[in-house]
This record gives sequence, structure tokens and C-alpha cells, in this order.
Amino acid sequence: MQELINRAKELLADGTVARVLGWKAGDLPYNPEPAYFEKEEDFADFVYNGFCGANLSKYMIEASKLEGKTLVCLKPCDTYSYQELLKEHRVDRDKAYIIGVGCKGKLDIEKIKAMGIKGIKSISGAEIEDEAETLTIDTIYGEKSCAYKDAMLERCHVCKGKDHMIFDEIIGESKETKDADRFAEVEKIEAMSPEEKFAFFQKELSKCIRCNACRNVCPACSCRKCVFDSNKFDSSQKANVDSFEEKMFHIIRAFHVAGRCTDCGECSRVCPQGIRLHLFNRKFIKDINELYGEYQAGADLEPRTPLTNYTVEDAEPGIVAERG
Amino acid sequence: MQRIGVFVCHCGSNIAATVDVKKVAEMALHEPGVVHAEDYQYMCSEAGQEKIQKAIKEKNLTGLVVCSCSPRMHETTFRNAAERAGLNPYMVEIANIREHCSWIHKDIEEATEKAVILMRAAVAKVNLDAPLKPGESRVTKRALVIGGGIAGIQTALDIAEAGYPVDIVEKTPSIGGRMSQLDKTFPTLDCSSCILTPKMGEVNAHPLINIYTYSEVESVSGFVGDFTVEIRKKARSVDMNKCTGCGVCQEKCPSKKTPSEFNRGLNTRSAIYTPFAQAVPNVPVIDRDACIKFKTGKCGICSKVCQAGAIDYDQIDEIVTEKYGAIVVATGFDMIKLDKYDEYAYSQSKDVITSLELERIMNAAGPTGGHLERLSDGKAPKEMVFIQCVGSRCADDRGKSYCSKVCCMYTAKHAMLIRDKYPDTNVTVFYIDVRTPGKNFDEFYRRAVEDYGVNYIKGQVGKVIPQPNGKLLVQGADLLDNKQILKEADMVVLAAAIEPNPDVRKIATMLTASIDTNNFLTEAHAKLRPVESPTAGIFLSGVCQGPKDIPETVSQAGAAAVKAIGLLAKDKLLTNPCTAHSDELLCNGCSQCANVCPYGAITYEDKEVNDHGIRETRRIAVVNDALCQGCGACTVTCPSGAMDLQGFSNRQILAEVDAICR
Amino acid sequence: MSIEKNEEFRPKIVAFCCNWCSYAGADLAGSSRMSYSADVKIIRVPCSCRVNPMFILRAFERGADGVIMCGCHPGDCHYTSGNYYARRRMTLLFSMLDYIGVENGRTRVEWVSAAEGAKFSQTMHEFVDKITSLGKNVRLEDLRCRS
Repeated sequence: MQELINRAKELLADGTVARVLGWKAGDLPYNPEPAYFEKEEDFADFVYNGFCGANLSKYMIEASKLEGKTLVCLKPCDTYSYQELLKEHRVDRDKAYIIGVGCKGKLDIEKIKAMGIKGIKSISGAEIEDEAETLTIDTIYGEKSCAYKDAMLERCHVCKGKDHMIFDEIIGESKETKDADRFAEVEKIEAMSPEEKFAFFQKELSKCIRCNACRNVCPACSCRKCVFDSNKFDSSQKANVDSFEEKMFHIIRAFHVAGRCTDCGECSRVCPQGIRLHLFNRKFIKDINELYGEYQAGADLEPRTPLTNYTVEDAEPGIVAERG
Repeated sequence: MQRIGVFVCHCGSNIAATVDVKKVAEMALHEPGVVHAEDYQYMCSEAGQEKIQKAIKEKNLTGLVVCSCSPRMHETTFRNAAERAGLNPYMVEIANIREHCSWIHKDIEEATEKAVILMRAAVAKVNLDAPLKPGESRVTKRALVIGGGIAGIQTALDIAEAGYPVDIVEKTPSIGGRMSQLDKTFPTLDCSSCILTPKMGEVNAHPLINIYTYSEVESVSGFVGDFTVEIRKKARSVDMNKCTGCGVCQEKCPSKKTPSEFNRGLNTRSAIYTPFAQAVPNVPVIDRDACIKFKTGKCGICSKVCQAGAIDYDQIDEIVTEKYGAIVVATGFDMIKLDKYDEYAYSQSKDVITSLELERIMNAAGPTGGHLERLSDGKAPKEMVFIQCVGSRCADDRGKSYCSKVCCMYTAKHAMLIRDKYPDTNVTVFYIDVRTPGKNFDEFYRRAVEDYGVNYIKGQVGKVIPQPNGKLLVQGADLLDNKQILKEADMVVLAAAIEPNPDVRKIATMLTASIDTNNFLTEAHAKLRPVESPTAGIFLSGVCQGPKDIPETVSQAGAAAVKAIGLLAKDKLLTNPCTAHSDELLCNGCSQCANVCPYGAITYEDKEVNDHGIRETRRIAVVNDALCQGCGACTVTCPSGAMDLQGFSNRQILAEVDAICR
Repeated sequence: MSIEKNEEFRPKIVAFCCNWCSYAGADLAGSSRMSYSADVKIIRVPCSCRVNPMFILRAFERGADGVIMCGCHPGDCHYTSGNYYARRRMTLLFSMLDYIGVENGRTRVEWVSAAEGAKFSQTMHEFVDKITSLGKNVRLEDLRCRS
């Protein structure tokens, strides 16, 4: 982290960048938040640790409109999102100085809490330099510990890899964290009967409070004005009186980002209701891979995405019924 | 709020017999915005249209719903009527209560209920209609003809005669097409070359016609009146300006083993060649796959013997870009491949030939100098058998379902010519039906039977078996006498089906012209618009549209020319106003819509916008109205809904959905 | 007007038809008097690529029991490629509906050319039968929109 801070200060001082986009410590030990750093003294709050899950690429849409370059810290998976935004002309590459930061898997406080660890005062072992196999958690009930791996975000278990897709320089080491099959959860649902599927999603989505956190954090969901807020489809947001309203929102949201979603997992991370929203996006990714060939959004700058492309031999929609 | 008039047509009894039209009109008055509703016997009639116009004026209508036949039938009629009464023609919607309702339902209650729902959906749509104004686009006064056979030649001549410049693109080294391969033509038996070559000369000499031979259409963009076409002029390796057409190079060329395409592979040609003696232009091309110089780097004899210095081994393909107002497709046909017809021993015996091969054999300039002889041993055949419908009118997928139309007549011609020239040779024709509809056609066929003693047997041939003695044993059936026939023949001629030139699929895709399951180009209307493609500005000439003989081809070529001239004579065209538009306050500038636009109609501009007080420069999608054809692909790709289609807007379609599901 | 036939279930079916092929195919079915159920109501769109998944979900939301989309056969699109995009979009949408437990068969895509009146009629027959056997759409309906 110190190397990152030193380099950021250096680039600010020599005028290469006008500001730094990183994470600052939050009011709790496990909730750092995205922040701009413009002056040397601001860096007192700068953190980069296992809880810095937030994907900063979407902030670059607004940062691209600011005067001068913005130094942005992007984790390997964030660079896919950034590149997708670049492809869609939403960010200005000339306004960015990208430091690819190392990643050893990001942590999910909900998982720690789910282990019964409450009243957390501080957590050690999450710092980027000395990320340990084990986290030591100081709580009001005394010291607790848990394996780092067990506290990782779901998305890190199915990590796309630790290579940065786009960067100006890289600081820090990364560690492979992939130890699960990306589509296992989706396959489990696919194997259910229609009734079970319906019940499963009914239960998941009935938790939705339409707070739009998923939409606001999603780098692909970056329309100036969402269709659900505009009068273009007479689909303005309504109170969640009926479950279909949520289904429609989430289906359409997933559809709009299909072929563009990099599977960064931010939607699930930020959902205050704990809805596993990535299950929608990942279903589309799985279908796209199976039907139209392996595709990873954000891995390149090819303008066409699977939904703005076709081949003459594409599968017919009837395949959905055929494969059962 | 709109003031909508609803007009319910009885269509005589076509609608009124199954739909309670009075009820539909009455129900319409309960719909939002509807201030007037009436029914009438024939809305499309003069009197019906007057009723509409009267109501527009008296009730100050701002929108119309006509519940009648399909919009494909009378939408234009009612739009024009509205316009005459001062209403914007795009404020008219049709509820299709005939084709989609009265004609398919029997129960009056049920049909009436459905008609009411269709009316409601149309009213819901009109409520959100906005007046639209067609744009104008210019017309490039130049035509392109793809294919240089008799169809293309005739079309080009007719267009040029009307004073418009024409380019012909021909894939092979010479114009002339299939007709140049024929010996004589039915039913007059005049020599094909004698009537074709003067036309080839005329086309070549015409000041307004430019011929690109050995060239292919590479890409087509644009739209009616303003197509941009890239033409690939393949490297000829011979300088067209220098070559005098003396022919020495062809004589001296040491590589002479390539099967001659023109003679259907019955003999060979040199690597540097003109397809036939009367070729236009009379400039050879080097077949680089056969040329020793291109294969090994050694040789160069043609270059040495060419006194004009016309040989140019370094020539490369050249792409010419040209603009056209109209495009005529005249890509013609070929014979089907006979690899699925092993029973006729076509690939086993040299003496089993196709009719087109027989044309070359009978032709004085052909591989045998016009002598009818067996290709295996050069002997004159004494027994000839013709087999009809090889791959035509075929029930299975080996052949074609259609009748090739020309085979009955050319077989009668062949039979007659052979009997005339070689009276000792017997001719037997196996046929399913003899079809001779055409001026002087049946008379021609009867002459073959009655005056020339050609033996016609109704029945099909099951097998042709080559015999050790070199003869061919033909096993057939005589359906009239109900007996099996075994016949020894010296030569067997197969009337193979004709099929559209295989390249036509590629060309149709470039032109966005539709094509049927047999690869024939589809006409805009089978009866009423037979020489136009459904794609505006594309016209059809000759066999690319369906099997035809020469007289029919020439008539259709002329008709296609007239349609093209009609288009070129206009200075401006009105464009469809139902185009896509981007709401600049919602557009993300993400470029996704441009990815799916088939017309390249979407570009991006950095534009200053005022978004509720925020002024900033944004990248915004801009649609070129003249290029947009209104498919709507972009509207679905656009996640924010910024891109919408006039006349079929998101809110309009949703209103229809709501009205139907209400 | 409402003609209640409570004894038997009559599905509400929305059919999106492209102007060039399928709508003309439906016209041909009509002019050939090839009947199909009056439960099918057709909405004309310029091309199958104009059909937004939102339209389909909206139809279900408002109480449709089945939605079918018809377009030109692949390769025959009036706009060259519209139906190819539509094909991918609908494949993914249908897959998602299947995934969230909507009965397979409430949605369908069929390519119907202007010459296929018989196919249009046959397809509608089959689709109506299928939806009738599935019964009322309850999984995708917004209860507030029920009239």
C-alpha cells in the first residue's frame, strides 16, 4: 500500500495527474469507500486492503469530464469493466492514469458475520502487504479468527484471473483465488423443476426493495437515464406491490447488460437485501458462452458484443425448450 | 388530446358477414379520443373516401382508424385520402379486420369481439401518432446491370436508349451469357449467334454503356436512387487499351489443357484465352491458375509474341466505386450438377451428355466443328435418346420442384435438327408431359413428331447402362402402352434442370433483395410487380427471377429497363419517414446502435446539449434519415430507450399490447 | 364489451409479426381462409428486430398468456440482418424466462414467409393449443393490471 501511496503522491506532485481515485477508510474497519485524493495530506485516510472490493471504473465516467488526468486504482477484474466502458466511449482513456493494483481476493464482511463473529472492533490480516491465510478479528467479545479464504466474496472464488486488461503501470502482487466453478450455481438452478425455479426466484426477488443500489454500482448499467426512470417505455418505477415488477426490472436489467456485463459481481456485493443478483447476469454469460462461443466482456476492444452480432448458423430460440 | 375518427368497412359482405360492423363502430365511440365513428359498405371506394374526408373536415379530426382489409392493401389509399382532406397521412392507422379476422373466423360473436380489440389497439396507436413528413433523396441518373447475358444486354440497351448511362458488370471475360453457347433457337431455328452478336456489338459501341467484364460486384451500400457499388475488376493480365485482339497469344500459349468453360469442358483452351471467337470485348484474359508463368515464373511466351505489348503480368485487381440510382439483376442460370443422378451414367459414359453440351456439339464453332458425333469414339450416332425432366419437377430433394420450362422446346428443336441433318439417325424422346405453351410452340413440336418422325414416348427412364460394345442400354417405361422398354442407344441427352446462377445468393444478400427456396429472386408481387424486387430500386431481368426462354427473357428485360427508367427519370424520391431518432438527452453515445444498423445510417457527433440546466458536450447518435430504412434494430439495442422509431414507437407498441391484453 | 365464457379458458395471445414476411403470411392465411383461433391478436412491427423484450414482458404483465414472435426466415430479412439479431435476443430472453421458472412454451418464435399462409395458421393453432394446455399465466402477471 505504501508503494502505491508514494507513487500516487509522486504523480500528483509532478503534475501527471490532477487527482487520485482510490479508497479511504470508512467509519468501520471493514467499509472503506471510494474517494478522490487531491492533496498530499488527504492520503492519511488512503487505504487499500482486502475490504476494497468496490470497482472504481464507473467513477471514471464522471472523472473523464474533469480537468486533467485522474489516477485510478483498478484491480484486475475492474480493468475489464474499464475496458468495456472505453469500448462504449463512456470514459476517456487520455483522462486516466491507470495503476493496476494487485489483488489477493476481496473480503465479504457478511460472510464473517455469518460465522457468528459480532461486535467487530478491528481486523488484521486484511492488509494488502501481509494478507495472511488467517484473519484475526478483535471483537468486543474477545479475539476471533477465520480463514481468509472463507471470508472471501463469492466472486473471488470464481475469479477471471489476475491479469490486468489495461493499465499504465502495475503495483503490488496478486494471488490466484479461483477455487470454484463459475457456473455451478447457475447449473444448480437450471436443474430445478419450473416450480422450484419459480419458487427460488420468487423468494430471492421478493426481498428486492428497488433501492437501485445494483443499478447505481454497475459499470455496465450506466445510462444517463434508466428506462425505468424515464417515460420512454411508460415503465417508470413503481412501488413494489407486486412481484412481477421486480422480475421485470431484474430481467430487463440483466438483458440490457447481457454481453456487456464483465461479471464483476458488484451488484451482489452491494445489494442491501443480499439478493444474489449475479445469478441473472451469469445465466446470460453462460448462455452466450454455450450458444455463441466463449466471450468475456471487457477482455478486448472489439466493438461488437454477442447481442450486437450474429452468425447465420445461430441456434433457434426453440433450443431453450429442446434442452429442457 | 387527439380527435379520432373510426371508419368500419363492410367490404361488401367480406367483413360484414362475420363481424358486426355496427357494433364495432358503436364500441369505438367509447374509446379515448374517438369523436366520430361510422361504417360503410366499401370504405376504399370513391364514396367511402369522401365520407372520410367529410368527417375530417366537419369534425376536425386529428387521427383516423380504418377498420378494413390489410394495411398492405389499402393503407396508402386511406393515407392519400386523409392528405387530400388536409390531415397528415401518417395519422392514419389500419385495423386489419378482414384478413386477420372476418376471413378466418366463423362465429360472429367471436369475430366481432376480436374486431373490437383490433380497433382498440389501432385507436391506442393513433392516440400516440405524430404527424410525419417524408424526406427527399436524390436520384443518381445511372443504372447498373449485373450480368451480361441476353437479359442484361437488352436491359442495358433499353435504358441507354432512353438516355441514361448504364454499366454492365459481367463475371466472365465476355458478355453474351448462355445464349452465346446455343446453336439454334426455337421456334424459328435461327442461329443464336446471328441474332445475339449484333446486340453484343451494339452494347459495346453504345456511347452510354460501359461494360466491366471479368468483374464482380464487391459490395453495395445505399438505397433506392443512391446506391454506392464497389466493382472488383479482376486482373486480366492483359491491357485492354493496347490489345488488338489478334489472337496470336492464344495460339502460342503452351498451356492448353484447361477445360473450356464455354464448351462445357468438352474440349480444352489455352491459359490465355477469350471464351469464344465473337467475344466482347475481344481481349483475352490470363487464367492465372493455369498459366505456366504464374505457376513457375518461367515461360512468358505470350508477352514475347504480343506485338502490341499488351501483356501485363503485374496487373492487380482494381476496385471501382460508382454510384447508381437503379440496379438490375440479370445473373441468369446454369444447369444443375448431375452428381445425384448416377442412374443416367452421366459421369460413367462420355456419350451421356447434357442438352447444353449437345448445343456445343451441334455448333459449327464447337468442339466437333458442328458434326454430331459420339465423344467416346467420334462415330456418328444412329440411335439417340433424349431424357426429359432430369431434376425438374422432382418430388425429392435430388432435383428441383419446378418445371425448367425450356427443355421441352429445345429438345423438340434438337430432335428436329438431328433428323433434318442426319435422316438415318433415329431420335427417341422420353417425356413426362410435353409442355408447349407459347406462340408457334405447339406447331413446332408437332412438326418434330409429324414431319420429322421423332419418336416420343411418355414415360421415364429408370437407368442407362453402358454396354461393353460401347452402346448405352436405356431402360424405360412406356406409360401409354404400359410396357417396359429396353433400347440400345449410341448417345443419351439429358435435359438437366436449370437453376439460378449460384452467385445470386451472395448478390441478393448485398442488395438485400429477397430470394426464394430455389434461389430465384423474389418479385415484389407475383402478378402485379413481376420485374421489381421487394427492395426498392432493384429490378429483375431474365432467369434470375424464374425459368424463361429467350423471347420471355427479352420481354422481361425490357420491362425491367422501363421500371428502371421510370425511377431514373425522377429528380427526387420521397423517403419513408418512419425512421429512427435518438433523444439526445438520453443517448449514452455508446455506439451499440451503430453496430446493428444494416445501413450504416448511424453516426456520432459531439454535440452541446442542455440537460435540464446542465450544459455539456456529449457524444450523441445521429441518424441519417435518407439511409435509415426503419427496421428498428437500433431501438432494441439501445438500453436507455433514447433510440426510438417514428410510426412504431416504443410507447405506441406498448399501447397496442395494453389494448390487446386489456 | 365482454363476452364471458367462464366455462372454458380462452387464452390471450399476442403475436408480433414483421411487416414484410409474417404479417403478409398472416394476410395470406386470411385470404386463403385458413382459420385459427380468434384468441390470437397480431401487432405489426417493421421487423422482428423491432421487438423489444420489454414488449413481451409487458404483455405478460398485462395478462397475456402467450406471446409469439414471427419474422422472415433467417437469410430472408427485408433488412438483411434484423431477424438474426432478433433470434439472439429472443433466445436469451426465453432462456431467462425458463430459468426463472416460467413455463416453457409461453413464448415462441416462428419464421413465416409471406408465402406461408398455411404455416402461419398451423403455427397459431399449435401455439393456442399449447397455451390452452398451460392454462392461465399466473407467474408473470401483475395483479394490479388485471381487469
